[in-house]
Amino acid sequence: MVEKSRLSVWIAHSVLILGILAIALPIYVAFVASTHDVRTVAQAPMPLVPGPHLWENYARALGQGSDSVGNVPVAAMLANSFIMAMVIATAKIVISLLSAFAIVYFRFPFRMGFFWMIFITLMLPVEVRIVPTYEVVANALAPVQSLLNATGLTWLIERLAGLRVSLEWNMLDTYAGLTVPLVASATATFLFRQVFLTMPDEMTEAARIDGAGPVRFLFDILLPLSRTNIAALFVILFIYGWNQYLWPLLVSSNLLTVQIGIGRMLAVGDGQVDWPIVMASTMLAMIPPVIVVVAMQRAFIKGLVETEK
Amino acid sequence: MATVDIRAVRKTYPGLPFEVIKGIDCAIADGELLVMLGPSGCGKSTLLRMVAGLERISQGEIAIAGRVVNDLEPKDRNIAMVFQNYALYPHMSVYANMSYGLRIQRLPKAEIDRRVRDAAAILELEPFLQRKPRALSGGQRQRVAMGRAIVREPDVFLFDEPLSNLDAKLRTQMRVEIKRLQQRLATTSLYVTHDQVEAMTLADRLMVMRDGVAEQIGTPMEVYTHPATVFVGGFIGAPAMNFLQGEVAEGGAVRLPGGVALPAGTAAPGQAGRPVTVGIRPEHLAPAGEGVPGLPVTLTVDLAEALGADTLVHGRLAGTDTSLIARLAGHVQARSGEAMALTVTDGAWHLFDVESGRRLADTVGRLAKPAA
Amino acid sequence: MHKRVLFRARWLPYVLVAPQIVITLLFFIWPAIRAVEQSFLRQDPFGLRTSFVWLENYARLFADAAYYHSLGVTAVFSLSVTLLSMALALLFAVMADRAVRGATIYRTLYVAPYAIAPIVAGVLWLFLFQPTVGILAYALNQSGIAWNFRLDGGQAMLLVVIAAAWKQIAYNFLFFLAGLQAIPKSLIEAAAIDGAGPARRFWTIIFPLLTPTTFFLMVVNIVYAFFDTFAVIDAVTSGGPGAPGATNILVYKVYNDGFVGLDLGGSSAQSVVLMVIVIALTVVQFRYIEKKVHY
Repeated sequence: MVEKSRLSVWIAHSVLILGILAIALPIYVAFVASTHDVRTVAQAPMPLVPGPHLWENYARALGQGSDSVGNVPVAAMLANSFIMAMVIATAKIVISLLSAFAIVYFRFPFRMGFFWMIFITLMLPVEVRIVPTYEVVANALAPVQSLLNATGLTWLIERLAGLRVSLEWNMLDTYAGLTVPLVASATATFLFRQVFLTMPDEMTEAARIDGAGPVRFLFDILLPLSRTNIAALFVILFIYGWNQYLWPLLVSSNLLTVQIGIGRMLAVGDGQVDWPIVMASTMLAMIPPVIVVVAMQRAFIKGLVETEK
Repeated sequence: MATVDIRAVRKTYPGLPFEVIKGIDCAIADGELLVMLGPSGCGKSTLLRMVAGLERISQGEIAIAGRVVNDLEPKDRNIAMVFQNYALYPHMSVYANMSYGLRIQRLPKAEIDRRVRDAAAILELEPFLQRKPRALSGGQRQRVAMGRAIVREPDVFLFDEPLSNLDAKLRTQMRVEIKRLQQRLATTSLYVTHDQVEAMTLADRLMVMRDGVAEQIGTPMEVYTHPATVFVGGFIGAPAMNFLQGEVAEGGAVRLPGGVALPAGTAAPGQAGRPVTVGIRPEHLAPAGEGVPGLPVTLTVDLAEALGADTLVHGRLAGTDTSLIARLAGHVQARSGEAMALTVTDGAWHLFDVESGRRLADTVGRLAKPAA
Repeated sequence: MHKRVLFRARWLPYVLVAPQIVITLLFFIWPAIRAVEQSFLRQDPFGLRTSFVWLENYARLFADAAYYHSLGVTAVFSLSVTLLSMALALLFAVMADRAVRGATIYRTLYVAPYAIAPIVAGVLWLFLFQPTVGILAYALNQSGIAWNFRLDGGQAMLLVVIAAAWKQIAYNFLFFLAGLQAIPKSLIEAAAIDGAGPARRFWTIIFPLLTPTTFFLMVVNIVYAFFDTFAVIDAVTSGGPGAPGATNILVYKVYNDGFVGLDLGGSSAQSVVLMVIVIALTVVQFRYIEKKVHY
């Protein structure tokens, strides 16, 4: 170790502490604002020490919400966000695990085709297919209908049976619409593929000689051995799901997540923003993911580093 | 109790232009331990894995206990396998590792427990049953891997270089344990290794393999004393057998470089002038004058390596470029450049065809009387 | 890499990949194809008739000054976010690497903002700089700087850059710190023996060894600035101020034109252009990863 001068260590600590203060400043101010009443916050400059309205503001936010979003309680929004994040994280892990297992441990026709299809999703973030994806969610069976129309089956069925085939499955404003389109993930599939590829072949052979079939092998051997990777991925995906904004904005107008709720509270013109409630909601929206990251820091860092490999 | 019959077995891989296993026949008797020995890439592990059912058999058939198993899954062949890196399940305790296969077979709990405890007793693993593999030493892990094989009470044990991850001392110790265990259980076993000491000490019979071909199948002593090919002669024994280019002389004797001649044997090695390869093991050279009957040769010493018990003398046959290694007793001293008089132990030479490398059987003669 | 050991089953692998493939086809591939298709179509204002217009939407797009404006805004925005957050993260990471004591505490504190949603990051900074109530806006106005990002495009850009970069520091910090800790200490010692001072050691040894990390982070940050900052823009400026939109980045414009303005053809053409950009960035990223493998 190169000897470090006291001065350089001292400078390092000072810079780091200054950095933390700068990073924490907006959070602190938001917290302070969430403890005052509207009038105190609205008159510049607002105080820089917490006020007496903390419980009142948070209780109001959780229980009644803001009138600007039709008084949907933030508690309900948090619940929606939580459900969305949990479903996305869990389903992504399950789906990716299964497809990675199939791609690594089996050889079957179209295997590489599936692999590339999954790979392509990396290049198609929601942002580049906003309108057509919305259309699919509005009627998830539209692609099937188009296929029927294109192949002339609709015409055929109409002729033969006198029925006009018209399929509809509307997922707007449902939990399914919020989550299902987001649960296909190339990153998670690749991560599991990587993990499986590093599992020693001989262990699989031992399991086969022990009489384990593929499903048994997956549950008895592969899953337990991927535990840490699953935990790591879960943290990342939970945060990913919790922080979604554009997608719920598109497909969900009544089923509000907390992120969308906050956005709506702001969209009322500067004069009428109920800052203490907005800030209380913001603090509440921040707490779950920050807790997850801090409590599972090890898993989180592992997940972050691995998904980028 | 079971035999293993390997009949004209071949293996090809899609996309590989050559055969990995080029037609091997071998019948392994009940309770026998057959060691498959050869350099890496010779196909020995592939053959073992074909017996295990981990590789498909491209041609030919393999029968275990008289039943052809070509189309059976590994689990249905009633075999057990011990892997090079042990392949223990890292998240399971020793007990769970050993009982996993039995639990899949849905054996009664009491029966599983009995078998695991019996195997643990044999292998002295009882204190470790609740530990995870990572809390065990290399030798202990090795024993767990064997325990996992034993509890299945299989027809056949398959060992895939099971000792190569251990250090030298432990390897010797485990070798003895495996031998003792195999004799006690009297279970038919196939054992793959590239270590000839392991092969010689463990085997009831050896299969020496090269490039997908079984060059020789026989007891260790047979393989040592009557190597079937130049390859086998060179592969078994350390330091390796010396090979010299000889030529058949009138009357069936074989002339070596430097004017030495091997006497004619019962069968003629061929017409005069035919080139042959002559193999002489380093340990069959001894200093002249020690009363050993044999053929005198003179060695020009290049280098002597004193190993303690033995001294290895590297040199050339006097007056030629043919290099030779002699394994002499530890007290023998040799200086570089010195001419050393040696004798080749009577009859301890091997003749091989130059083209095919195959042994020319019964062409080796003995000296009429002790050489002067 | 391939597995030597495989399971044999006829239909099981298809069952296993089915969920992933169905969702991918339905919500990724199909919409992407539709986006390409729609980019060749034009709907009349009432949405009653659709006609095939070849490349007209693209022609319109590339003749549109507002689109070039948006491209420029995106370039300025993403470069600024990338540079600002990477520079700060590198500074903090170097300091944290140096301050041996408390390294874990610092890491926890610096990494925590990763968990904060982009919309929340936007709201937090919006509140600080909100012209009427924000305390930093107040401080600026008091000290004679006329601050109103609702009117001043430059100020608006500055604000969204700060908010977006602030959130991304955590990520960059983590990777820089890991990169720094992976540098063998013996190299630093050798340089010290050769007589290089701390600054020189940083620029001649440490920084060059961090190049792979830096390059990787650059790609990730650009992707982040392009796509994941939608919420920041939406919360803070809604793409404004001004008519072409001083902070109207490409992604926001696609959303606005397609979803709010209902110009499906134009929005789809923009989507396709964006798709090409993502594909290019992905290829760059994978090229880099491949290279890393060969090291």
